[in-house]
Amino acid sequence: MTTQILLAVAVLGILGIVFAVVLYFVAQKFKVVEDPLIDEIAEVLPGANCGGCGKAGCRALAEAFVKQGNMEGLKCPAGGNAVMEKVAALLGQTAEASEPQVAVVRCAACFTGERRQVRYDGLKDCSFAGSLYMGENGCAFGCLGLGNCAAACQFDALSMDPVTGAPLVDEEKCTACGACVKACPRGIIELRNKGRKNRRVYVNCVNKEKGAMARKTCDNACIGCGKCAKVCPKEAIKIENNLAYVDYTVCIACGKCVNECPTGAMVAENFTPVKPKPAEELNAPKATITESVAPMAEKVELNNNLPHTN
Amino acid sequence: MKTFAMGGVHPHDNKISTEAVIEQMPLPEKVVVLMNQHLGAPATPVVAKGDKVKVGQLIGEAQAFMCANVHSPVSGTVTKIDTCKDPFGLAKPAIYIDVEGDEWMESIDRTPDIKRECNLEPKEIVAKLKEMGIVGLGGATFPAHIKYSVPDGKKAEYLIINAVECEPYLTSDHRVMLEHAEEICIGISILRKALGVPCAYIGIENNKPEPIRVMREMAAKFQGIEVVPLKLKYPQGAEKQLINAVTGRKVPSGKLPIDVGCVVSNVGTTFAVYEAIQKNKPLIENILTVTGKKLPSQHNYQVRIGITYNDIIKHSIGELPENTGKVISGGPMMGKAVCNLDAPTTKGASSVLVFDESEACRNTETNCIRCGKCMNACPMGLEPYLFSSLVKNGRFEEAGKNNILDCIECGCCFFSCPANKPLTDEIRLGKNKYRGILAAKQKR
Amino acid sequence: MKPLSISGSPHVHSDESTKKIMWRVNLALVPMLLVGIAYFGLNALLISLVSVACCCLFQWLIEKFIMKVPTTLWDGSAIVTGLLLAFNVPATASMIWIVAIGALVAIGIGKMSFGGLGKNPFNPALVGRVFLLISFPVQMTTWPTVGKWFPMSLDTTTGATPLGVIKEGLMNGQKLSDIMASNDMPSLLNIFLGHIGGSFGEVCALAIIIGAIYLLCRKVITWHIPVSFILTAAIFSGILWLVNPEKFVDPLTTILTGGLLLGACFMATDMVTSPMSKWGQLLFGFGCGLLTIIIRNWGAYPEGVSFAILLMNAVTPLINRYIKPKRFAK
Repeated sequence: MTTQILLAVAVLGILGIVFAVVLYFVAQKFKVVEDPLIDEIAEVLPGANCGGCGKAGCRALAEAFVKQGNMEGLKCPAGGNAVMEKVAALLGQTAEASEPQVAVVRCAACFTGERRQVRYDGLKDCSFAGSLYMGENGCAFGCLGLGNCAAACQFDALSMDPVTGAPLVDEEKCTACGACVKACPRGIIELRNKGRKNRRVYVNCVNKEKGAMARKTCDNACIGCGKCAKVCPKEAIKIENNLAYVDYTVCIACGKCVNECPTGAMVAENFTPVKPKPAEELNAPKATITESVAPMAEKVELNNNLPHTN
Repeated sequence: MKTFAMGGVHPHDNKISTEAVIEQMPLPEKVVVLMNQHLGAPATPVVAKGDKVKVGQLIGEAQAFMCANVHSPVSGTVTKIDTCKDPFGLAKPAIYIDVEGDEWMESIDRTPDIKRECNLEPKEIVAKLKEMGIVGLGGATFPAHIKYSVPDGKKAEYLIINAVECEPYLTSDHRVMLEHAEEICIGISILRKALGVPCAYIGIENNKPEPIRVMREMAAKFQGIEVVPLKLKYPQGAEKQLINAVTGRKVPSGKLPIDVGCVVSNVGTTFAVYEAIQKNKPLIENILTVTGKKLPSQHNYQVRIGITYNDIIKHSIGELPENTGKVISGGPMMGKAVCNLDAPTTKGASSVLVFDESEACRNTETNCIRCGKCMNACPMGLEPYLFSSLVKNGRFEEAGKNNILDCIECGCCFFSCPANKPLTDEIRLGKNKYRGILAAKQKR
Repeated sequence: MKPLSISGSPHVHSDESTKKIMWRVNLALVPMLLVGIAYFGLNALLISLVSVACCCLFQWLIEKFIMKVPTTLWDGSAIVTGLLLAFNVPATASMIWIVAIGALVAIGIGKMSFGGLGKNPFNPALVGRVFLLISFPVQMTTWPTVGKWFPMSLDTTTGATPLGVIKEGLMNGQKLSDIMASNDMPSLLNIFLGHIGGSFGEVCALAIIIGAIYLLCRKVITWHIPVSFILTAAIFSGILWLVNPEKFVDPLTTILTGGLLLGACFMATDMVTSPMSKWGQLLFGFGCGLLTIIIRNWGAYPEGVSFAILLMNAVTPLINRYIKPKRFAK
């Protein structure tokens, strides 16, 4: 009995030593030398692997930082300025602060009620459905409502509104990583500057059809009439392919265009209806304010209460 | 009896409109002629607003290589050249024509006499097919002049006529064979001449005994045309499967039928070829089945292209039944569901199939139980269940390595899946994404 | 008019469903259940009822309270598991409560912990059975003997299975011909009709064959796994028998005794846990047959079908990965 026990101990012990030696040499042979800085930077990054930087994941970005040695062209949009400052400190560089951004869904999609023309019954994937037909609400440019964007969001900031079926952005959670922008096959979602006091003005439509056709499809469609562009004091609005677009780098969020829009496609977000003097505050030059302030406030409020805007 | 090598399913064939004689659909008040009724680039309009056009006049010209001419199906005035929403709600370039009378081009022979002689050279035949805007009517609408010009260094040995009509419900080919057997055989002789092949085979499934008999009798009068009855199995009408069933040859992955010496043509196309070559009639009409189990009547129509789905429904059955769930253009296995009934029909339309709600809805999806039915049903020997999970996880390249591009989208996998998984949808998505990846790689 | 519905093709379906498949399997199991009740009476009936009821109950509870998904009870897969588990235990009174534990392990660990039907790598009924075999070795190997028809008493006389008799005899150094000639060994006809000791679903070869033929006709299973399983077992045991007929059992007895037929026709063919391609299935059956004979002849247990199938279940993903169906034109 004792010999058996001793034999077992001896055999296993020798085996253990042999394996240890083999492992030691293998580890020596295949050792990968890695800059410890990569680990340090990866530690600072959010670790969500959202892909917003264009790299395969957070570690890949960290490697790119170290390899490049500086911060040119590399950015973690999800982490924002705070994270970039930390990375800069590790790299011994200075970070350029950039304007915080947020994802904006530019479609007043609604899949319930009268707007619903067809019922989709197939694979729940926007790019597949979009290759088959126009969309449940009849718009060949608008949201398909199957949630590719929400599935792509790593930060739980996008959810599908159960009432309208359209995506909703949670501003607090959105890190502007841009995953949803890539996921949307119709290019509806855009990253826009958050704006002062989170105030933003944008066209809530991407329909490029001619006015009458667009209007037929959707009540809130941009018909490309150009009224907004005319009143804009900064020439921030361009009309292209029957569609207005507000350049957020130029826009001062005065909100004038919002009142001009005949279809309600122009949306002002986070404007408080109680203190409605953004135009005067910002003191736009040569702005001919013919309307009184009160109806403007009303309109702004109305737009804010649309069920499909944020 | 012959059939293809692997896979396949047996859907209920539901050919309920085989007895309906082909009727002429009355002219509508307006037509909209889409400029891309074929595979490839859209044709360029050559008429302007306000122009008077006659039946058969060229209105859209093929300028790209992969393109086909478009002719006016009616006589009247061009009211608009604009975009029009196609049956799926997507805007496409189109010409709007208001119908006035029915005045045909003088060159078109409208007499009922059958013209048997054809003295054109092969090159002239192909040129005339191009001029007349002939496209394949089997579903893919591939421009005919490209198909019948055999590339240098390759040789066609077999011409195979696809009279399989393996899709359930459809009966337009069935009726054409019964009513125009001689014209079809003349059309086949013309195509044989164009390709320089000694023998043409007409593949017909054995669920159509009457057309087999009629075509056999007629083919006996012609040289080098043989009818090959085939065992009933879907998707026998798919190009690769038909070639395999008739000749035993297999078209390798990524290759064309001509690479194994075969050219496949739909039986409806041969009728259009006859009319184009012998009667100078461009492709302005097609034969279309209006069918559905719950419809009051079943029809086969000869319709002008450009007529809207609503017009067809109005003339044939009055209006759609109250509980209509789905309208399909084409057969139930590979046809497309239509969501815009105001849209015009195109050259490739072969049916208006109406399903009621109970037939239209898909059953609830459940877990895959790995039964392997999709794999056994796949006529290409692929693994649909694997694609399903790969696509779901975004692993498109791995799907590509497992030959996802070989999929012919016949739908056998979804048809046979006991878990009701949208396998065909997932594979289509995967194919698109993988093609995108390949294109991006090539660019780099 | 209501909105038209739209979807990618195809727009028709074969109307085949998981539910139909599972209920067909249940129907195919009925002959074995009837034979079991006929031979082992009230015990067999009670064990079956408890096993099926517990499987259904545990599945419902797990889906309702842990997974919080709509119940999939009506697809009938829990009943298949319940019946197969019951068929794999001896019909003694003590098993009536033990089988409930087996049901919990089969459904809870074998199936639901992986995400439910379709996601389990191992056959749930076999997981339950092997768990019981290891945890309750005495009860699981106390086999009732078949006496009169429809015994209504819960008390049974116990004996050994043919395989048990052989194993014990060989362990005691007896010659096989002596063992076969002894009184403990039933005749081949009795083995075929199931007039022997054993788990109550596996005893009657006739009932199993009837069920298997039904499944083959309804295309629930294909011939590949059962045929390759049984053939491999027969050929391998045949070779061994030719080498030393005093030590190894002849092929016919090998096939008809123990759970080999039940395993080959109903357990190894479980869609979820077997390979999908034809060649993969043949390989799977081959592996099962080989392992069964190896375990029977050289293992500690007299029977090896359950272990063999579970081991091959583990290899199934690998087989699926490397044995692809033949592609068109390749």
